[in-house]
Amino acid sequence: MSKTTASKESIREMICISCPIGCHLQLFKDENDSVVVKGNRCPRGKEYGREEYFAPKRIVTATCRTDSEIFPRLAVRTDHALPKEHIDNLLSELYQMEVHLPVKRGKVILEDYAGTGVNLIASITLEGGGNEGQVRSQL
Amino acid sequence: MKELEYDVVVIGGGAAGMAAALECRKNGLQTVIVEREEHLGGILLQCIHNGFGLQEFRQELTGPEFAEEFIRQIRDSDISVLLGTTVIDLVSDATGKEVFCYSPEYGLVKFNARAVVLAMGCRERNRGNIRIPGTRPAGVYTAGLAQRLVNIEGYIPGKDVVVVGSGDIGLIMARRMTWVGSKVHAVIEIQPYPSGLTRNIVQCLNDFEIPLYLSHVVSRIEGKERVEKVEVTPLVNGIPDADKAFEIPCDTLLLSVGLIPENELSKKAGIELSPQTGGALVDSTMMTSVPGIFSCGNVLHVHDLVDYVAEEARRTGSYVASYLKGKQPQRQVRIKAGANVKYVNPGMFNPDKPDKLYLRTLIVKNNARLEVKLDNRVVKSVKKNHVQPSEMISVKFSARDVADMQPTSDSVMEVSVQ
Repeated sequence: MSKTTASKESIREMICISCPIGCHLQLFKDENDSVVVKGNRCPRGKEYGREEYFAPKRIVTATCRTDSEIFPRLAVRTDHALPKEHIDNLLSELYQMEVHLPVKRGKVILEDYAGTGVNLIASITLEGGGNEGQVRSQL
Repeated sequence: MKELEYDVVVIGGGAAGMAAALECRKNGLQTVIVEREEHLGGILLQCIHNGFGLQEFRQELTGPEFAEEFIRQIRDSDISVLLGTTVIDLVSDATGKEVFCYSPEYGLVKFNARAVVLAMGCRERNRGNIRIPGTRPAGVYTAGLAQRLVNIEGYIPGKDVVVVGSGDIGLIMARRMTWVGSKVHAVIEIQPYPSGLTRNIVQCLNDFEIPLYLSHVVSRIEGKERVEKVEVTPLVNGIPDADKAFEIPCDTLLLSVGLIPENELSKKAGIELSPQTGGALVDSTMMTSVPGIFSCGNVLHVHDLVDYVAEEARRTGSYVASYLKGKQPQRQVRIKAGANVKYVNPGMFNPDKPDKLYLRTLIVKNNARLEVKLDNRVVKSVKKNHVQPSEMISVKFSARDVADMQPTSDSVMEVSVQ
């Protein structure tokens, strides 16, 4: 057990979202002014707590318009978690776009968004004319 | 009428149907999937958020990505698929099963099958099911319908939203509506605890400062043509306190108040249903009360993770294969839901083939203990860090667990959580 934590008041409380248990985390500053996470039951909680404190990020999932009448919306997502402050801008940018079908799952729709290194990718395969990307009726 | 012979007809082409069909085919059975929609994938296609596949594929996928993994395997197999096709009747007799369906391409089709897998999923509970008083304006949607409108059709159902019920679909839709530019004013939950996953409370509500009212009900919907406002009343010890009621102006109400297994067809076939789950009663091989008809996925009981659905369906597929080879369990023990347990699925246990049980608790507790007793003797005891009704629990039996079980014909296995 490390004894670095002074018995000061916590600087932040949060619930870990790494898994369904949802540990209640408490963050403290130790004497060296670095952040210490308590209340976590596994190492992922420690990492989540620090990241959420210094630079919170989220995976963004949304849809954008297509040029197809059969599939008017294309499901998209970021390939990594995006720093939270960029989310609103990313959404308004992608709502202005129209994607031409066909599109294969994984296709990059927006590359290296705002210099974050995060790409926006298609999360479904959509063909232009019908459900070829799926399975045709066959007997 | 077109008439066709198959070993197995799988009704429903969502996660459960696809996983069950693939396993049947792997076991050499001639298999056909009948799907009502124009695409395989079921509800996964509209669940564009991430969080799927952590167990099945060891990576975090969105719904469409999870579905595509299975669709690809179906396409690479020689499983037959009939899309846009509704099953209208299911008949079982001594000679086999008859599945009648209507297809726009082939007209009326009759399948003669040796076994049937029911994988029809759920539908949503709606306003009528929870009896909200008030007028009947436009603007009241189930959360799943709103999800389909936004994610597939590309319509935004409203601008000022109140969500009723804190189930996961409701929470996900609160975030989705915020991200399409609508304002979500509140989530109203009748229970004193949220019914969705904690991580969804954090990333779908707290991130956007959407208030969650626990122990509150929507007590009235008001509006002439369109929803104009709702009245919200707190519950004190389960009783509405009308003096503390308040109003929230809104134009849209999304209902996330539970799912109902879609078992109309099962009833037609004379299958016995469980009042606890709304799904079929199944034995240790996932077989319903009608021999040769199996059930898996959300039509059997509501799962919270599609990964569990896929696992259960695959297991069901392999039991179908065993059944058609004439291998049936020699002995089965009836399973009973004990203290603090809402239900256990399946309802029978085969001590010669230890397998997995899924259950739901009635309580919220940290450091809980799950106990399985056979005729009052503890045969398995597992520590659970955290239990709550909205999170399904699984318990897996090993060969060692059952090594010294000596059940008699009227033995009972009881599962409890303390």
